[in-house]
Amino acid sequence: MLTEENLKKAEELKKRYPETKAALLPILWIAQEQEGYISEDMMKYLGTMLNLPFAHILGVVSFYTMYHDKPLGRYHLEVCTNVSCMLRGSDKILQTIEHVCGVKPGQTSADGKWTVNEVECMGACGGAPMIAIGEEYYENLTPEKTEELLKKLSQR
Amino acid sequence: MERYILPDIPNLHKIDAYEQHGGYSALKKALGMNPAEVTDEVKKSNLRGRGGACFPTGLKWTFMPKDNAKPKYLCVNGDESEPGTFKDRQIFEFNPHQLIEGTLIGCYAMGITSAYIYIRGEYGKWIKMLQKAVDDAYAKGYIGQNILGSNFSTNIYLHKGAGAYICGEESSLMESLEGNRGYPRVKPPFPAQRGVWNCPTTINNVETMTNVPLIINNGWEWYSKIGVAKHPGPILVGISGHVNKPGVYEVATGELLTDLIYNYAGGVPGNKKIKAVIPGGSSTMILRGEQIEGVRMDADSLKAAGSSVGTAGMIVMDEDTDLIRVISRISKFYYHESCGQCTPCREGTGWLWKILKRFEAGEGRIQDIDLLVDIANNIEGNTICALGDAAAWPVQSMVKRFRDEFEKRAKKDAVAAA
Ligand SMILES: Cc1cc2nc3c(=O)[nH]c(=O)nc-3n(C[C@H](O)[C@H](O)[C@H](O)COP(=O)(O)O)c2cc1C
Ligand code: FES
Repeated sequence: MLTEENLKKAEELKKRYPETKAALLPILWIAQEQEGYISEDMMKYLGTMLNLPFAHILGVVSFYTMYHDKPLGRYHLEVCTNVSCMLRGSDKILQTIEHVCGVKPGQTSADGKWTVNEVECMGACGGAPMIAIGEEYYENLTPEKTEELLKKLSQR
Repeated sequence: MERYILPDIPNLHKIDAYEQHGGYSALKKALGMNPAEVTDEVKKSNLRGRGGACFPTGLKWTFMPKDNAKPKYLCVNGDESEPGTFKDRQIFEFNPHQLIEGTLIGCYAMGITSAYIYIRGEYGKWIKMLQKAVDDAYAKGYIGQNILGSNFSTNIYLHKGAGAYICGEESSLMESLEGNRGYPRVKPPFPAQRGVWNCPTTINNVETMTNVPLIINNGWEWYSKIGVAKHPGPILVGISGHVNKPGVYEVATGELLTDLIYNYAGGVPGNKKIKAVIPGGSSTMILRGEQIEGVRMDADSLKAAGSSVGTAGMIVMDEDTDLIRVISRISKFYYHESCGQCTPCREGTGWLWKILKRFEAGEGRIQDIDLLVDIANNIEGNTICALGDAAAWPVQSMVKRFRDEFEKRAKKDAVAAA
């Protein structure tokens, strides 16, 4: 269920589009920000709210890589391994993460702290190699800088 | 060259600073012209789209029906997901009002009352920056009802994507905007006939729209003299890979690739030789290092060299680069991003990647080199959208220009047998 405040936001969003269905992506963003992921119950709830079949919502959630149908670790490390990052050592960044956090791409650590994913080009090729954590981009990384960053985060 | 898209003005992202430096004067000027005049000005300027296809912008605007009862829409494309491309992000951060102003002028020229700026979801931070600029422009009466006291009204909304390269393709973008999976549509009908919500629609790139205020303020003649006549204007070139100073550089079209690499981007680390250059994002045809001599960053020059401008996102690779690994990574990307609608693309991109992984592991067979080309040729032109072509071109050009690399990596007994 969306919170009272988020329901209001959803209503405002609907007004931006000539058809309600168009508000689906923005409302999914709100739901994910609220819960950390989009559960099946949430999809059903949004289906009723927007008058859309569950299958449509599931189809949309599964199509877009940034919507998650399962909870992630507290820090979601997205490591770009596309060409520009690869040329500047993204594999060393991945190794450093594995070394410090003990997780491989696609995994979440047992303590729920880290989720690591390899991602496609993030539009930060000039600052390669890079990782994104939430909305924050960390660019021009080296294994040393990465280790420092991870240690800082893990102390929080 | 003086910079016009990313000028060196402190705090330009703030509305006051933008206004102090002549911001929104092009909008005022446009509102005093009739809409057809505005389109004509853009057409005469020869501005060509910065989203990848170099399509003439003014001409595209003329495709929009004039007497039509339906609403019309403008979608500004900020999906920016082609590997090697990172320029539109600079506009969101450093000059968002010029993008807004260009968008408003486009809306006025085409009689549009709602514009949607579609931005990739990963740019959450930059979406907030642009939203702040949009809010400020609303507050000052540049967006909304009766703009600057005229009888022209329009809204601008930001729409956040959610991680799908394909949604940068214009018809996929419209599907995504409507709240669907991003499956590209068959064309025709073209967007100007039937676009988002079945209404006439124009799609233009973020950088394209940011050029528009320059044309209105200074006139088409002024603009068309910047850079190369057939593809004029300032252009943002992103340079990444093996260079000393990677980044986005604003130049006039027609800049030598060698100047971009050696002067702007500071050359190659360790003074190594250049083995290869991808000139305009990962889908554009790869060039051998010795091929870039005398080639310029504009549509005709790169076409003559056997590649294209694309998004002007250059990737430079030094003499020690493992190109098999590069092409394998590129193919993995297109396989991952194929929406799966068309069989040649869905299956073909997977086969390409599988074969390239074999070469990476030293298990490729010599006959696989031609098999790669054969698969790529059977994808190209046989799909609903150009993602198929984008997957085929890098493979075709890599085999054509670096066949020796594949031969060196092929399984040794296979070489002997052949
Ligand atoms: C697979 C694919 C991805 C694309 N991604 C983008 C993109 O991220 N941004 C963009 O502006 N154009 C992208 N395009 C091109 C758009 O379809 C369209 O041509 C462009 O936005 C038109 O704007 P312009 O004429 O101003 O260049 C893509 C095309 C394809 C086939
Ligand atoms: S290749 Fe890593 S950000 Fe573009």
